[in-house]
Amino acid sequence: MVKIEVKALNIWYDKHLAVKNLNLEIEANEILGIIGPSNSGKTSFLKTLNRLNELYPGTRTTGEVLLDQDNIFTAIDKHLLRKRVGIVFALPLPLPLSIFDNVAYGPRLHGVRKVDEIVEKALRAAAIWDEVKDRLHTNAFKLSGGQQQRLCIARTLAVEPEVILYDEPCSGLDPISTLKIEEAMQELKNNYTQILVTNNVKQAARASDRTAFFLMGELIEIGPTGELFTVPRDKRTEDYITGRFG
Amino acid sequence: MDARQKEKIAALALLLITLFVVTPVVLIFILVLVRGLPALTPEFLLAMPRDGMRAGGIWPAIVGTIYLTLGTALFSIPLGILAAIYLNEYAQRNWLTRVIELAIINLAGVPSIVYGLFGLGLFVTFLNMGASILAGSLTLAIMTLPVIITATREALGAVPRSFREVSFSLGASRWQTVRHVVLPNSIPGIITGAILGLSRAAGETAPILFTVAAFYLPRLPKSVYDQAMVLPYHIYVLSTQVPNVSVKIQYGTVLVLVGMVFIMNILASWLRARLRKRKTW
Repeated sequence: MVKIEVKALNIWYDKHLAVKNLNLEIEANEILGIIGPSNSGKTSFLKTLNRLNELYPGTRTTGEVLLDQDNIFTAIDKHLLRKRVGIVFALPLPLPLSIFDNVAYGPRLHGVRKVDEIVEKALRAAAIWDEVKDRLHTNAFKLSGGQQQRLCIARTLAVEPEVILYDEPCSGLDPISTLKIEEAMQELKNNYTQILVTNNVKQAARASDRTAFFLMGELIEIGPTGELFTVPRDKRTEDYITGRFG
Repeated sequence: MDARQKEKIAALALLLITLFVVTPVVLIFILVLVRGLPALTPEFLLAMPRDGMRAGGIWPAIVGTIYLTLGTALFSIPLGILAAIYLNEYAQRNWLTRVIELAIINLAGVPSIVYGLFGLGLFVTFLNMGASILAGSLTLAIMTLPVIITATREALGAVPRSFREVSFSLGASRWQTVRHVVLPNSIPGIITGAILGLSRAAGETAPILFTVAAFYLPRLPKSVYDQAMVLPYHIYVLSTQVPNVSVKIQYGTVLVLVGMVFIMNILASWLRARLRKRKTW
């Protein structure tokens, strides 16, 4: 089943065209890895999927993005869209609140009163419950970087999204923390569609079902991760994944 | 002369110049303290003035100043904070915003006597409030607004952008983000700025001259439509308008006003230090 369908998407920042005529489909419950050098449009694309790019003045898009057949620019309220399509940022960004309140922040926004169960469920799903269950009311900044990032995943899960976007979620983390996050992603596959933008080619190879390669705002190639990494169809993909440029 | 000697001379010269700059403040403070302190008796602070202000106390002027400062706070703090929230969180970068910002900058530069005359024209005469605590508070509030708006905007701007992005990413509206993320984290700066603005207002003379200040009113104000004695104007009256007032009373009155302003400033600094310690980011 197709979860997200992107048709002829262009993304501008003022006069700079960051993503050019992008067409792709994202299946429900898959992990789609997106790789590519800096300024290839990966993050711009990701942040367009929940219209977070609109926070930056001068951003403009044309084309269509359909979430369950509904156009996210016209048919879905942007606040509701962001509830359905959550994001985990590159750096762990806890709010200056307790661990508990960080996770409860989203549900409370959406009017949920009894948040205890949701918070526990989200922390468990993000594989951090056991590490924080005895200190839920301490400040989130007391956690290590890796723990903070899993807390942020829990915070995203707590609003019960359908799609989770990851924007280089492990860029500041050590290998063990990275591994824990990748394991958490595998656990989440049953219930969520996940899109992983990463600068780390190996991470895409490990974690994603399909991988897309972006270059200079264009989608060069997309395919099953096994195929793309062993028999890339495009020379540029091969150059990138073998580390010959980028 | 080698570089190290030059360095020593530069440091010494800069220190001396800085000391020179703060000398007037210190001198004023010492002078007021030495000459004013003997006047500070319970009677002086808590009694009505007598004998055409040559004897008795300054209680009505102290009360008037407090009322006026509270009134100013009541009008200027909410309006200032809301305007700052609009400008910092909502406003688009367009010509209207630029015009508003320019107006605020200019509002801060308007001489205080002009505020006094404006208050006289608008509140006292046109809106028929008469010379009253209400008219004086409103006049001082307008004068204080730019300070509070600017301080609030700085405090809001100091909250990391990423906090807002996180909030939006969870589906929050702009107001929810302001209410739950931006404001709680900028309150220390806002309060500090507001108190500093008010302490300026508490010492102003020109804006209250025509809008509230009573020359000699040996009773407490009965309502917001009443005139009131106010410390800055009282000082002006004592030192220029009434013959044969003892120096002790004059300095005592100055000391009380300086003391009140000083306490407000210390409170602001203390609050800022305390709340900053609590800040975790």
